[in-house]
Amino acid sequence: MPDINPLVLFFASIFTSNILLSNFLGMCSFISISKSLKSSNGLGMAVTMVMTVTTVLNWGVEKYIIVPFQLEYLRYIIYIIVIAAVVQILEMVIDRVSPNLYISLGIFLPLITVNCAILGVALFMQLRNYSLIQSVFFGFGSGIGWWLAIVLLAAIRAKVDKSPVPAPLKGVGITLITIGIMAMAFIGFAGMINVQ
Amino acid sequence: MNKYKEIFFKNVWYENPVFVLVLGICSTLAVTNNLKNTLIMTIGVLLVTGFSNLTVSLLKSFIPGKVRMITQVLIISFYVIIVDIVLRAYLPDVSKALGPYVGLIITNCIIMGRAEAFAQSNSPLLSFWDGVTSGLGYMVVLMVIAFFRELFGFGTVFGYRIMPEGFVNWTIMVMPPSAFFMLALFIWIVKGRGNNNA
Repeated sequence: MPDINPLVLFFASIFTSNILLSNFLGMCSFISISKSLKSSNGLGMAVTMVMTVTTVLNWGVEKYIIVPFQLEYLRYIIYIIVIAAVVQILEMVIDRVSPNLYISLGIFLPLITVNCAILGVALFMQLRNYSLIQSVFFGFGSGIGWWLAIVLLAAIRAKVDKSPVPAPLKGVGITLITIGIMAMAFIGFAGMINVQ
Repeated sequence: MNKYKEIFFKNVWYENPVFVLVLGICSTLAVTNNLKNTLIMTIGVLLVTGFSNLTVSLLKSFIPGKVRMITQVLIISFYVIIVDIVLRAYLPDVSKALGPYVGLIITNCIIMGRAEAFAQSNSPLLSFWDGVTSGLGYMVVLMVIAFFRELFGFGTVFGYRIMPEGFVNWTIMVMPPSAFFMLALFIWIVKGRGNNNA
């Protein structure tokens, strides 16, 4: 178990080792959804929620099921099933508790099952041997980091769309360049905190 | 035979999953700072896409529509686990360098996308070919990106020193932002060419 203060881990996973900008996870939805600020916000919220819950659950599954029963070779399948189940349950709970939120999240909630950032965070958590409290902050921080990045990108894209961009670079091209510059800015925090 | 050729060119060039559809760049952009790792990673993706397409196509009439997604995910994870175990046994250092990214092939959107869009409605052999060529299209792009990143970032190609003695490594090339810049650059070039031809 690495000796990192959970709070440090929290800020590190938002800025210096942002799951999107330094680990490239969750790119597909990042690029396709960030066209609209409103949907980005909804998806960011959903990802943060699912990521925190699944990281904690997968931590428990790893410690109490996978390791004692020596099921390491089934790890990926088990993690994916946990994630799919959480998304399904969360969908039902949100539908009951807050129909407005359910409608605003819409299609994004089920899509999260195949968001690589969720599985990625669980795998990093397992690989780096985080304790329960570290995992909570890591999952939550990564979610917030993802949310922050997608909302920032959506805001920038709204402006870039109206700017004169060379035709072949329009759309995905300029978006990738924007992401690259964002990544550089986020890595700029690296001197402050470091994990791994 | 013509159909196979058509699929090949479509998947590798005209509808290249990375350039045109921008799918599945998540897990592999991370490993493109090194040619060897990229090659092994993309071979893994290629095999998983091919075989999961084949399996989905073989089983398509037995899978109820409602549980289609989760069944596909399970089929994909099955092959990913095989790739992971083989890598761990025969190439332990590469497996370590790739870290969690091998497991993340499961959530690679290309594989899911091909299973859903092609294998569900085509014959097994054709689906297998479609998966393999999709993986090939993916491989070609990532190998080119990895080539430039390794060349400028470390001054090497496949670990062999290429750049002259006095060359100062461009550290930015092996850091995350350059992966985005490189991909953007390639999309720019490819799309620009397309426009000239049209």
